[in-house]
Amino acid sequence: MKANILIAFRLTFVVALLCVGMYTLIVLGFAKMAPNKGKGFELSQNGKTFYSNIGQSFTEDKYFYSRPSAVAYNAAGSGGSNKGPNNPEYLASVQARIDTFLAHNPEVNKSSIPVDLITASGSGLDPHISVEAAKIQIKRISAIRKIDETLLLKLIEQQNGKPLFGPDKINVLRLNIALDSISKN
Amino acid sequence: MTTELLGPLMMFIITLVVAVPLGKYMAKVYNNEPVFLDKLLNPIDRIIFKVSGIDSSKEQSWQQQMFALLTINLVWFILGMFIFMNQGWLPLNPDHNPSQSAHLAFNTTISFLVNCNLQHYSGESGVSYLGQLYLMFLQFVTAAVGMAAAVTVFFALRKGSFSTLGNYYNSFVKSITRILLPISIVIAVILLANGMPMTFEGKNQMVSLQGDTTQISTGPVAAFVPIKHLGTNGGGFFGANSAHPFENPNYMTNMVEMVSQLLIPFAMVFALGYFLKKRKLAWMIFGVMTIGFLALVIPTVLLEMNGNPQLLKMGIDNALGAMEGKEVRFGSAASAFWSIATTVISTGSVNSMHDSYMPLSGMNQMLAMMTNCFYGGCGVGILNFFVFIILAVFISGLMVGRTPEFMGKKIEAREMKIAMIIALLHPFLILVGTSLSAALPDLTAVTLNNTGAHGLSEMLYEFTSSAANNGSGFEGLGDNTPWWNISTAVVLILSRFLPIIGPVAIAGSLASKKYIPKGSGTLKTDTGTFGLMVFAVIALVAALSFFPALTLGPIADYFSF
Repeated sequence: MKANILIAFRLTFVVALLCVGMYTLIVLGFAKMAPNKGKGFELSQNGKTFYSNIGQSFTEDKYFYSRPSAVAYNAAGSGGSNKGPNNPEYLASVQARIDTFLAHNPEVNKSSIPVDLITASGSGLDPHISVEAAKIQIKRISAIRKIDETLLLKLIEQQNGKPLFGPDKINVLRLNIALDSISKN
Repeated sequence: MTTELLGPLMMFIITLVVAVPLGKYMAKVYNNEPVFLDKLLNPIDRIIFKVSGIDSSKEQSWQQQMFALLTINLVWFILGMFIFMNQGWLPLNPDHNPSQSAHLAFNTTISFLVNCNLQHYSGESGVSYLGQLYLMFLQFVTAAVGMAAAVTVFFALRKGSFSTLGNYYNSFVKSITRILLPISIVIAVILLANGMPMTFEGKNQMVSLQGDTTQISTGPVAAFVPIKHLGTNGGGFFGANSAHPFENPNYMTNMVEMVSQLLIPFAMVFALGYFLKKRKLAWMIFGVMTIGFLALVIPTVLLEMNGNPQLLKMGIDNALGAMEGKEVRFGSAASAFWSIATTVISTGSVNSMHDSYMPLSGMNQMLAMMTNCFYGGCGVGILNFFVFIILAVFISGLMVGRTPEFMGKKIEAREMKIAMIIALLHPFLILVGTSLSAALPDLTAVTLNNTGAHGLSEMLYEFTSSAANNGSGFEGLGDNTPWWNISTAVVLILSRFLPIIGPVAIAGSLASKKYIPKGSGTLKTDTGTFGLMVFAVIALVAALSFFPALTLGPIADYFSF
């Protein structure tokens, strides 16, 4: 028993040196060689710096909306709504999102609202929307910003990376930065 | 649609292609044969054994090995309690996160100690970076504990009669230095290149493009995530686990994290085949596991891609599937695939929120944990499956009227008693825990995020996840209360150590018996017929014991649509 306890303490110590000390330092070393020194991908615009893959809240009509979020896009925390698919309270809030969206986008037909625009993501920080979700906002943005619809459509197509695996998607922050820059010109 | 299914298919195939050679490599490592990393790692092993005072060549009985296992776990428990209850003032705490309450620290320490990682806190605010590093340490060592215990069983099943079964410390240390550590470093490099942060700086304040002020948590994520998956631990660095864009930045990292969590459970099966030179047996086991996995994953993927019928009724475009709690970059197919992969093996990391899944998908996630041996966790999956093999051998033996044997050893009353106790312990812990919670609404009613049948599912899921040492959850449950922290921790301890000690005891007892050479009347255990028998036993034990509870939870939920 006594021998076992002694071994347990000493083994814990030396394995911790290896798995916490050495391993962490090795990964930190690789991080220094990684893009942006391992601090996460960043983007700069007008002197502001953003993380490109942490979603932001876009609720103003002049921007493409991002998805609803259970944590209001504050990345001091993260999480989803965790509402069951048949929860009456949840279904009422989805209905309210549909109504709000239609009120701000009167020209949109309800049957073309993609489901990602009215549901909250798992992290609450989803940086993406679907391509359809961007496209149905074109009319609104075009009217507010006085930009030609075909130009906006082109902008969306440029932002769609068409990945080999996984769904097509649009990074809302990148799209809105691009939108801001063509508005100025 | 087809491109969405291509991703999960690729993840499965890549894992299988890597797992077969890895299994061969692992068999060599555990058999103390030379491998290519020896030159670099032998000196490290020697230092570890020397500092610890271990003679790694000394053979141990199974009892000595289990005693060593329990002792070192006790040390890790004490250390964990100290760190989590004092992290507020200890170093590496740039965000000034507070120390944990005693019952939360108890739950956190136990759940990481048993490779479960239930996490009744959120990583952003619930632990300091020192706490995260200690959790990372536990993710390494608890995976190695499970793997080394499985290796003890490998040693016991060799041809011949043995009273000692290798050296536990040797298998434990080599699991870390030869398998977990090198592969983790490779994965970390891939994740770093894809934008996963690795820093000890605290939260960043930022103003969004629209002008909102937000805070953004970061940390040493890229070191934490590889072992979280490779060791089938699943404890998230952030609250949202692998749904968080820092913890799983894109589809590529999603594939890497998926492959890395399936890898060792797959490879362990092949390692058994190479170690015992019974490759056909390994493929039989892998086949049964895969059939079970597919039976759960295919309906779940289809259900989720089909979407929530309640939203369809509202008249919107439901083509993307059920997106509540899911990320656009993964989509409904890859999320649904992950939700079953993470529950059949005991990872419990999530890339979408299980609470918001369709009721029958939630049932499949629970069934995956209720069977708990379709692949299963690092090492422990094989141990759970071993128990079902023993049961199947016994039942088949009775059916053909012969003394049941496995690998040339007679299965007798003692082995059967242990196997039955272990097989029944799992439903016992889950059902008793859930019934108690349902019977104590004063303690649990306010913690539910959904009412009715779905609320019961939240409680059933919590105990299923605890008893399977899984760690995922229907996270709507407000589980940081003394009731949940303590009751689940008790279930966790029992469902970790008994299902390790039980199979090892059976194996140890078999090892000491006389070896009977194969005869014409020997039941062949590496055939499809026997595979079917094992599958039937698993299905019976899981379905019969859990069906009533599932009827009240997810099935009732389904019919309320």
